[in-house]
Amino acid sequence: MALDRVIALIFLLICVVYGYNAYFVMDELLPPFMRNNPIWPSTFPKVLSALGILVSLTIVLGIEKSNHTAEVAEINYRKLTEYKLGQAISLLLLMVFYAFALRPIGFLVSTTVFLVAGSAILGERRWGIMIIVSVIAAGFVWYLVDQVLGIFMRPLPWFLS
Amino acid sequence: MLEGILIGLGTAFSITNILMVVGGCLIGTFIGMLPGLGPMSIISIMIPVAISLGDPSAALILLAGVYYGAIFGGSTSSILINAPGVASTVASSFDGYPLARAGKAGKALTVAAISSFAGGSIGAILLMIFAPALASVALLFHSAEYFALMVVGLSAIAAFAGSGQVGKALLMTLLGLIMATVGEGALFNMPRFTGGIQDLQSGFGFITLAMAMFAMPEAIFLVLDPSRSGGEDGKSQEIKELRITKAEAKSIAPVIGRQSIQGFLIGVLPGAGATIASFLGYAVERNIAPKDEQEQFGKGSIKGLAAPESANNAACTGSFVPLLTLGIPGSGTTAILLGALIALNVSPGPRLMIDNPSIFWAVIISMYLGNLILLILNLPLIPYIAKVLSVPRNYLIPFILFFTLMGAYIGQNNATELLLLTGMGVVATILRFADYPLAPALIGFILGSMLEDNFARSMQLADGIGFIFDRPMTLGLLVLAVILVILPSYRARRAKARAEGVADGD
Repeated sequence: MALDRVIALIFLLICVVYGYNAYFVMDELLPPFMRNNPIWPSTFPKVLSALGILVSLTIVLGIEKSNHTAEVAEINYRKLTEYKLGQAISLLLLMVFYAFALRPIGFLVSTTVFLVAGSAILGERRWGIMIIVSVIAAGFVWYLVDQVLGIFMRPLPWFLS
Repeated sequence: MLEGILIGLGTAFSITNILMVVGGCLIGTFIGMLPGLGPMSIISIMIPVAISLGDPSAALILLAGVYYGAIFGGSTSSILINAPGVASTVASSFDGYPLARAGKAGKALTVAAISSFAGGSIGAILLMIFAPALASVALLFHSAEYFALMVVGLSAIAAFAGSGQVGKALLMTLLGLIMATVGEGALFNMPRFTGGIQDLQSGFGFITLAMAMFAMPEAIFLVLDPSRSGGEDGKSQEIKELRITKAEAKSIAPVIGRQSIQGFLIGVLPGAGATIASFLGYAVERNIAPKDEQEQFGKGSIKGLAAPESANNAACTGSFVPLLTLGIPGSGTTAILLGALIALNVSPGPRLMIDNPSIFWAVIISMYLGNLILLILNLPLIPYIAKVLSVPRNYLIPFILFFTLMGAYIGQNNATELLLLTGMGVVATILRFADYPLAPALIGFILGSMLEDNFARSMQLADGIGFIFDRPMTLGLLVLAVILVILPSYRARRAKARAEGVADGD
C-alpha cells in the first residue's frame, strides 16, 4: 500500500478515537444547565469526526481517481536510504537535545553548541570559523530577544546565574 | 474613500512606518533568496518582532514589506541558480534560468524587478478600487453566512489543489480543524481533547504549527538531498547586460498589463494564490504569443519571465482583499498574517474599514511604497544580492533549524513547545513525502475557531441546525462548497473515461 493511503488509514483511526470521545465521553462532563443549549462543546467535533472518517475512507479505498504525476525534484520516499538520512536524523536528535538543554544550560551555550554541532553533522570541519559564527549569532539573537524585545531567556548555565 | 486615503497617507508616511517598509523589504529580499525560507516561514519568524511593536498598522506594514521582499527574493534565487525558494517563483525559473545561463542574468533580474513592481502597483490600485465595494457587500453577511463562506473558502482551497489531490487537501483541512478544537476555547470554558496534558490546555501554538509545517520539512528536504540547495551550481555568476532595450520593453508591456489584472483576480480567490497565478500567467502568455515567440518560451524568453513575475506579485496583493475585507485568508501566508492580526487585537473583516480605517488604508498605501522601495533597493543591489546565495549549506541549514526553534520558543516561552515542534516537523515531512499539501492544514487550523464560533452563534440564534435553510444565501453558499469539492474529481473522472474511449461526446 502506498504511503499516502497508510497515512489516510492512520488518520481514519485518529478520527475514530476523536469521534468516540466526542460522541460518548465528552457529554458526560457537561453540566446540566448547558444541556439545554442547542450547541454543545461536542457538536462541532462530532461533525468533524464524521467528515474526517468519510474523507479518509475515500483515500484509503482509492475512490478519487488520480492522474497526478510526481512532482519534479521532490524526494522519493521509497529510496529514502539513498539520501542523507543519517544527517537528517542526527539533526532532529540535536533539536531534541536543544529542547532539553535550553533551560538548564542557558541560551548562549546551548545555541552555540547547537549551531556548531549542526554544521559538523553536515560535514563542516573548519572549527574556528564555525565557533566564531555560532558565538556571534547566539550573542546577537540573545541580545535581540532578551534585551530589545524583552523576552526573558536565561543566558548562562544554572550555576552561574 | 478620499478621507480614508488621506488617513492612510498620514499613517504610512510617518518615519517609523517608512522604516518598517524599508526594513521589511530588505529582510524579506535577503532571507527570501535563501532556498527553503519562503514568505510563509519568514513571516512566521518575523511575527514575534511585529507583535512586540504593539502598533497594528506598523506591524502589518512590516509584515507586508517582508512578504513582497520575500516574493522578489525567491525570484532571485530561481533566476540565478534555478533554485526557487518559493513555490510561486517556480514559473520564473522556466525562462529566468536559461537567460542567466546565457549571461543575461542582469537583464533577467531587471525584467523580474520591473515586472514585480508593475504587478504589485497595478494590484494595489485594483485593491483600492474593489476592496471597499467587496467590504460593503460583506456587511450584509450574518454569522450563518460567515460560517457558510468559510466552508466555501476551505473547500475552494481543497478544490484548487489539483486533480487527484482534492481528497488529500480536504483531509489536511480537516486535520487543521480538528487540531483547532484541542484546548480550552473561549466558547465553552472547558478543556477539550487535551488528554489531561497541561501544556495542551491552551491548544497548539500557531507559530509552532507554522514552523513545523513549512520551514522544517523544507530544511529536512535540503539535508536529505544536497543537490536541492543548488550546491554544485553555487559558484558566483558573472552578471552583465543590466539594461533592457526599448524593443524589449515594448514587447513585455502588454504581457505585464494582462498578467497583473489576471494575477490580481486569481489572488482574490481564496486558495488560488500566487503560485497558481504565476503558472496560469505563464501558460496563458505562451498560448497567445505568436508562433515564433512561442518557441522561445522555456529557452530564455523575457515574456516568459515577465508573465509569472507580474502575476505572482499582483496575486499577492489580491490575496489581501479577502483577508482585509472578509477576514478570510486565501493562502498560507495570509493565514499567518491573519494570525498576527488577531494576536494584535485587530479582527479583520467588514468592520475593519469602519473601526480601524487607519490600519486598512495604511496597508494599502504602504503597498505602493513597498513596491517602489523594492524597485529602488533592488536595481542597484542586483549584483550584490547574488552573493548571499553563496552562504554554504553547512551553515545555512543549522541556522534555518535554529530560527524555527526560536520562533516556537519565543511564541510560547515553553521548552515543551520545542519537542512538539520537532515531532510535528517530522510528521509534516512524512506528509510531504506522501504528497499531502500542508497549507490547507494550517488554514484549517487558523479558521477552525472562527468557523466554530460562527457555527455556534447561528445554532444558538436559530435554536438548531435550521439556520442552514433560513436564508437562501447560506444554503446557496453551502451548496457551492459541495459543488467545488465534487466537481474536480468528477471532471477528472470524465476526462479519464473519455481518454480511454469509454464515453464519447459531452
